[in-house]
Amino acid sequence: MTQLELKSVSKSFGAYAVFESLDLKADSGEIVVIFGGSGTGKTILLRLIAGVQEPTSGTIEIEGQDVTDIAPEHRNVGMAFQNFALFPHMSAWENIATPLRAQKAGAIALKSGVDRVAKLLKIDHVLDHAPRELSNGQKQRTALARALAAEPRILLLDDPLRNVDAKLRFEMRIELPRLLRQSGATVLYVTQDYKEAMALGDRIAVLASGKFVQIATPQDIYMKPANLSVASLFGDPSINTSETAVEMTGKIISVRLGGVQVPIDAHYTPFVGRAVTFGVRPESVELAGPKSAGLAATVMAVTPLNERTVLLLKSEGGWEFLASLPSSSTNIPKPGANVKATFASGGTHLFDKTAGERLDG
Amino acid sequence: MDHTSTLEKIIRGVLIALVLVFFLFPIFWIFLMSFQTNETILRIPPSIVFAPTLENYQALITGKLQTTAGNLDIAFMHNLWNSILLSTCSVALSLVLGVPAAYAFARFKFRLGEDIAFTLLSFRFAPPLLVLLPLSLYFKTLGLTNTYVGLIWVYQLICLPLILWIVRGYFEDISPDIEHAYRIAGNSWWKTFTKIAVPLAMPGVAAAGLLAFIFAWNNFVFALILASADKQPVTVGALAFVTASGIQYGQIAAAIVLSITPTLALALYAQRYLVEGLSMGAVKG
Repeated sequence: MTQLELKSVSKSFGAYAVFESLDLKADSGEIVVIFGGSGTGKTILLRLIAGVQEPTSGTIEIEGQDVTDIAPEHRNVGMAFQNFALFPHMSAWENIATPLRAQKAGAIALKSGVDRVAKLLKIDHVLDHAPRELSNGQKQRTALARALAAEPRILLLDDPLRNVDAKLRFEMRIELPRLLRQSGATVLYVTQDYKEAMALGDRIAVLASGKFVQIATPQDIYMKPANLSVASLFGDPSINTSETAVEMTGKIISVRLGGVQVPIDAHYTPFVGRAVTFGVRPESVELAGPKSAGLAATVMAVTPLNERTVLLLKSEGGWEFLASLPSSSTNIPKPGANVKATFASGGTHLFDKTAGERLDG
Repeated sequence: MDHTSTLEKIIRGVLIALVLVFFLFPIFWIFLMSFQTNETILRIPPSIVFAPTLENYQALITGKLQTTAGNLDIAFMHNLWNSILLSTCSVALSLVLGVPAAYAFARFKFRLGEDIAFTLLSFRFAPPLLVLLPLSLYFKTLGLTNTYVGLIWVYQLICLPLILWIVRGYFEDISPDIEHAYRIAGNSWWKTFTKIAVPLAMPGVAAAGLLAFIFAWNNFVFALILASADKQPVTVGALAFVTASGIQYGQIAAAIVLSITPTLALALYAQRYLVEGLSMGAVKG
């Protein structure tokens, strides 16, 4: 059942359009991640849904009811802010109790409501503290608890892990999906960390230059990015690219990488002659000894990054690209080694050179 | 963390002492004068050795001033009461009007908003004498001359801009997200204003209120022109001590001591807020 629907929602400040004509549907209990760089209007979108800002045009529907003109206090929405936005003059307990109080909950319901979310978020021991006495992690949990306390239909989370340290962020990334499922709310989760987006989202909506460029499952976003910018936003290190053209010699379809012809999948036949941007993710690059077949390259640098090792390579034609191998792999070449590179089947992408759109055979 | 040398400390101490003497000596001297008769005050050379007397205070409190030319009635205690009444009511009215206005200026962008705010501020830097003549004419027409209501109204020229601009800075310092969070939690706009915005801006409101009180208290020229004896505050009332038989320095000193006591007590009590409020205004204004 559709719980939240945006119908061609636009927002502009004067002549500056933040985004135009956004459409989005979220089902009951679904977690939709709004992903995009800074300044793309993710937070503004959440504010429009919460009702603290008004869209320039378009409608917002919650449970089929148009709420565009309804005040924020009547939308039954929970929101956690990036900067926590705790009420500094109230204890953590009072902060969490605020939405319940607004619903005129009785003393018993109030207490049990606060206790429930406090236990869930493991902050029941700091409830009498003022926000300034809480650690960043506790502040963030208090903000989440406050958003969850009144069991809202829609939960808006604005980059809640942005301001907490890396360790806690990692823990919360694992813990959050369970918490959010338990709440049963429809969740819109804003982040600019692609790992967070992939870990938490049932679907990811990629917001770029004022539009949703792709709304799809994390798998699809990663494997079939809608355009070059989506492809480069997801993945670390980001996708290798090279501007080239699709050629056909006999029956072989190929692209030139640094002047050297490299064969690609036959399903790209329709694009022969087209100027394209070729892309291959570093983890789709496979390396073999110099006597094997493939693109001849020299290892320029080797950087171990925990479970993966990133290699900078230069092909014989001068194209620089990255390869990412599991650190457990036994034959990681040394700097200066000559190798042959091949690309895993299905791991290559072609994008239109000017428009950047994905070309799919 | 203190890297200052002993010499530096000594120099700093001496300089601070000099400044304090410069500013505090007159107050100290007036305090001494208030316990002396006119004769001991005017002897040459002056001395800090004298037989203290309470007759200055006695004269002020009973309202009977004895001079060489005879007895004189003065209304000092009534003036003091007028000062308290006028300052308190003006500040109260300014807070009622100014705090919501400051909130509006801080939070909402509306047409002519900045112009209105600036016009209000300009009341502070226009010399009062500039507006006095037209004001006194208006007041005569409206029948507001020599009324508390009229004076409280005119005192808004002093109090309102001060409160508006200081409190506005405080409101602007509160993250709008905090207010948004409260509204999303299910509270109305008005409740957000009273339960979140005002409590968080309270130090600013206190500082601005105190400053406005002091400014209103010290005002002289509005009351001089627009009020007659029974509505005059101490600042104007003190003129009564310039009598036909000479200037009553002792009583003036005692009157000064009595009239600065309320504001001094208030300022000392709220010193922390005051400094905070002033610096905030300076940064944000």
